[in-house]
Amino acid sequence: MDYVIEVKNLGKKYNIKHHSGGYVTLREIITNALKNPLRFLKKKTKEIIGIDTKEEFWALREFNFNVEKGEVIGIIGPNGAGKSTLLKILTGITPPTEGEVRIKGKVASLLEVGTGFHPELTGRENIFLNGAILGMTRKEISQKFNQIVEFSGIEKFIDTPVKHYSSGMHVRLAFSVAAHMEPDILLIDEVLAVGDAEFQEKCLGKMEEVTKGAGRTILFVSHNMGVIQNLCTKTILIEKGKITAMGETGEVVHQYLYKNQGSIAVSEYKIDISKEVQISKISVIGKTDIPQSRIPISDSFFIKVEFEVFRPVKNTSISVLFYSQGERLLFSSDFDKTLKLKDYEPGKYVSTLHVPSYLFNVGDFYFDVFIGEPSIVGYDSKRNIPLEILNTNNPRSPILRGVSVGKIAIILNFDIERLV
Amino acid sequence: MSKLTIIRPKKTLSIEDLKELWKYKELLYFFTWRDLKVRYKQTVIGVGWAIFQPFVTMVVFSIFFGKLLNTPSDGVPYPIFVFTGLLFWQFFSGALSETSSVLIGNQAIISKVYFPRLILPLSSVVTKVIDFLIAGAILLMMMVYYGYTPGISALFIMPLLLLITFLLSVGGGLFLASINVKYRDVKYALPFFIQILLFLTPVIYPASIVGKFSWLLAINPMTGVIQASRAVLLGTTPLNWITLGASFFISFLIMFIGVLYFKKVERYSIDIL
Repeated sequence: MDYVIEVKNLGKKYNIKHHSGGYVTLREIITNALKNPLRFLKKKTKEIIGIDTKEEFWALREFNFNVEKGEVIGIIGPNGAGKSTLLKILTGITPPTEGEVRIKGKVASLLEVGTGFHPELTGRENIFLNGAILGMTRKEISQKFNQIVEFSGIEKFIDTPVKHYSSGMHVRLAFSVAAHMEPDILLIDEVLAVGDAEFQEKCLGKMEEVTKGAGRTILFVSHNMGVIQNLCTKTILIEKGKITAMGETGEVVHQYLYKNQGSIAVSEYKIDISKEVQISKISVIGKTDIPQSRIPISDSFFIKVEFEVFRPVKNTSISVLFYSQGERLLFSSDFDKTLKLKDYEPGKYVSTLHVPSYLFNVGDFYFDVFIGEPSIVGYDSKRNIPLEILNTNNPRSPILRGVSVGKIAIILNFDIERLV
Repeated sequence: MSKLTIIRPKKTLSIEDLKELWKYKELLYFFTWRDLKVRYKQTVIGVGWAIFQPFVTMVVFSIFFGKLLNTPSDGVPYPIFVFTGLLFWQFFSGALSETSSVLIGNQAIISKVYFPRLILPLSSVVTKVIDFLIAGAILLMMMVYYGYTPGISALFIMPLLLLITFLLSVGGGLFLASINVKYRDVKYALPFFIQILLFLTPVIYPASIVGKFSWLLAINPMTGVIQASRAVLLGTTPLNWITLGASFFISFLIMFIGVLYFKKVERYSIDIL
């Protein structure tokens, strides 16, 4: 069989120190060494003879798959599963720790749109520079120069320094260069959220052209199950750095949506009887009555909070605060529609919050649960429970070619009457 | 048939790296072109800066060290003596400080596109060669003014000296660029370090001033370079092949260590940038 991408036993290990901490300063190291020379020496010797237990984790491990020419492969999985790391290895940005990848042909990724643009240089100069960084030769760029400029629609400003461009023009030019690379293998991460609507339309058109064009192979990473199901013939599911499913898109997407979610969708907590009230379990329940942390946008779901009361409490409310990614509080919800505070006698309780469909838009969300007497005392709180809204059966998708903007997706009604 | 790329865990250094570097030579050209273009666009006086900087330094040094302090200059006029030293020194120190920040400065590109990372520091040193050539032109004019005719050997020795300084700058620069990724405060120490090095190199004084300890100075590869340039251009001393050889050897060694260390850090630098 003729494969364009062969991945064999690929693995990537991160040193947690490297991965999360970023850089250290020499000053810190020297101060540490001076403050506590003995401990410093001990640590160094341990590191040198290799018995130091470094914190490391495998972002990817034991990856094996092959891609045939012309296949469009979807890559799905929860955040932090290793999807982006895989793309970074395939583009060569970060080297793997073990295994190997064999790639036939030129690889391009839409990660690199606008890479290396220099504000002081003109549009023309930046096309050449950016093209060269993306791996085009000077000859290739000269040949495609007119097409690139025409596609970007900024002929008038081609000899103006890029620093005077609007951000829209900047993106147009950048995308134009990337779109004219004509790679054999294209890696796409997430949706293109760039440029104005008209230009996005143009880009999507170009992408479709690319997809259908002569045997181009595409790896497509997305959270948008609708797009994955439309475009991809095969899909790879990555969870916690491992390939957990691979094959026909429909099946894999189904597995991702409905299986093995118990561990994320249910959070249990240790009981601490010194408190008055203690939350013991929070679960997100899908419409099929099974725990599910990834919910299709068209489904309603439940948030169940189980709690234990050890001493009688008065005027208590349970509230759930929903956040979108980036810590933006969307809204908070008290459980009782009557808006009355309740008194509880010792015992075990469960409270169920019903969240309607089309409340949240597609994306990642978090929620916090609080139990307490409002603005007087908090008995217990649990934070950052994840929730993901998926773009399946989204009636808006075909109309809007993707997702509508914003965090809330309530469908409102327009009453339109003809006046004249 | 389209080309085959194999991605494997990175080894420290192999012949493949050189081949790859050659494949990306056009990118080296583009980065150099970008740096030059941007510099001469941003600076009002453009190329003037490349002339102005060494020239003014030479004038100030000549007044203070030459005239007021009467620093010996191996029997040649002090301005031309110090300018010969500055020619190489400014190339070296400029390249060193430029290269040291090259990984951090181009972070946006490095984290998105693959190309041999060595291209970046190499292009900053190449950019400095252009400045060197401009300053070299001034030196030629000064030699005409002071009536010095270089021996024929200068034609062979000068490119060799440029090569030695080039190797040394690349090596030192790579080393600094790598530790700069790991320890971000290195850049604050660097100007101080370079200033100290200026006084440990016979730029403003002749090596002979140190007397019987001049061999200590010879450990510094820039000593050999500057002395040799004065020997062939101004005929201050006979050309000392031993110090020159030592300079070449040490520079080569430093370049080799720099490249090795850079390749080692390269493997994980992207993960901490």
